[in-house]
Amino acid sequence: MAKLLMKGNEAIAEAAIRAGAKHYFAYPITPQNEVSEYLSRRMPEVGGCFLQMESEVAVINTLFGAAAAGIRAFTTSSSPGISLMSEGLSYITAANLPTVVVNMCRAGPGLGGILPSQGDYRQMTKGGGHGDYHLIVLAPASVQEAVELMMLAFDLADKYRNPVGILADGLIGQMMEPVDFDALPKPTVYDKSDWITDGAKNREPHLIRTLFLDPVPGEIENRKRAEKYRQIEKNETRYEIYNLENHPKLVIVAFGTIARVCKTAIDELKTMGIEVGLFRPISLYPFPYTELMQVGEKAQMLLSVEMSNGQLIDDVKMAMQGKKPIHFYGRQGGIVPAPDEIVEEAKKLFNVS
Amino acid sequence: MYLEVKFAGFGGQGIMLAGKLLAEAAMMEGKQVVWIPSYGPEMRGGTAYCTVVIATKPIGSPIINNPANIVVMNRPSLEKFAPMMKPNGICLVNSSLIPITSGRNDIIEIRLPCNDVAIALNNPKAANMVALGGFVGLTQCVSIQSVEIAVKNEFHTKAKFIEPNIAAIRKGAELAVTDEVRVKYEGVKV
Repeated sequence: MAKLLMKGNEAIAEAAIRAGAKHYFAYPITPQNEVSEYLSRRMPEVGGCFLQMESEVAVINTLFGAAAAGIRAFTTSSSPGISLMSEGLSYITAANLPTVVVNMCRAGPGLGGILPSQGDYRQMTKGGGHGDYHLIVLAPASVQEAVELMMLAFDLADKYRNPVGILADGLIGQMMEPVDFDALPKPTVYDKSDWITDGAKNREPHLIRTLFLDPVPGEIENRKRAEKYRQIEKNETRYEIYNLENHPKLVIVAFGTIARVCKTAIDELKTMGIEVGLFRPISLYPFPYTELMQVGEKAQMLLSVEMSNGQLIDDVKMAMQGKKPIHFYGRQGGIVPAPDEIVEEAKKLFNVS
Repeated sequence: MYLEVKFAGFGGQGIMLAGKLLAEAAMMEGKQVVWIPSYGPEMRGGTAYCTVVIATKPIGSPIINNPANIVVMNRPSLEKFAPMMKPNGICLVNSSLIPITSGRNDIIEIRLPCNDVAIALNNPKAANMVALGGFVGLTQCVSIQSVEIAVKNEFHTKAKFIEPNIAAIRKGAELAVTDEVRVKYEGVKV
């Protein structure tokens, strides 16, 4: 099959179908409603089920149930909706269950606005819900990559029995780009028969729980989870580098939509004789700390470019351990900076006018 | 090759579709392409628009604040976007509905009476197709044949719309490149 021109939201929905997702629960919110629209038609075609719930709280708890029953299930939402799901995400993680949650981030805080933002970086990577847990978080920069990461998300969720978050934004959701589904790897099928709660006829019952009143087993559970996160950090780090061949003095760190804008800015700077590199984390958790350090060490300075007030920069600082100056440029409120803004910012750092 | 164009008009004029067909055609020709709709609060302001970027290299920023080219189907769109254009671009104006000009002398303004042409073809809803044909005819950014295939794919479940829309696209392409226009356009390459 040839390439298809698809909106990011529709492409993500189709990717989930191809990954074998059978249940989709959601509550409407802009800018991701095309996912539900698409799946209301597509899910029945593959014998799956789309249920529009009465709230995001209902969505996440229904996902909890589907995941416990061993079904590939997922939801999509946007910032305020993810806030409402945070409690459930903590529970799903505590129960070691696989699920996928897509956040088409919009401007915040509060009701904010419906335009693109990266203001949920911390919410997705550092918690949201309570307790010692992490989502695995993947951040696409194009519609094709959104499809690839969506399919990967289901595999990672099953492999590690941990929820996976996709952090994109309204722009990725709304824009159309060519998508090639043919080249994608087939989803992996994981044997879940030793833990799912799908009826205990003729076997011992399985128990899925998150309550540990006795601190000793409570700590053991947390230690097992910590070991899982060490494995994830070791195996699942993903990133892209751009224009590092000429040893640029400045390296921009950016993810998702804004990383593309930075690439255009870097190309423009090149025509002016200014070499700037790009480090784009694709996995936001696990964050590629070591890899960024290796790249950043060779530069004189770094610039974190974000559609937020400065959140990614915390991880850039952690990676660099104070070894290089780290600058920041960000826009908020739903504004996507144009390439020339980033060009100007880089020129300032080079003292070129 | 790198081309960016903003299609703008009011809701119901088929702005999104015109842009999508151009993007589909470019994709079929193996080019890189991005199509971005207006979906924010600007949707409520009376203008609907979409941006299409076509390139032979991977497309970086999908955000275009100052479009190189615009196709404007109503007056508010001309008033809003013509001042933002980069110099030397094409401003295709639907002169059926827009009595004013851009007032700029550093762009190539093509006046095409899209609604009148569509009415004359007995297909009054196809003003967007006339404009699309006009833009493709002027820039040759994709072949008319590719646009026609895109139309066939788009309307594969509503076959009766295929031929009238293709006729409107061809007419637009033909009219936009009259001798008078060609003189104005000479020397400008996208």
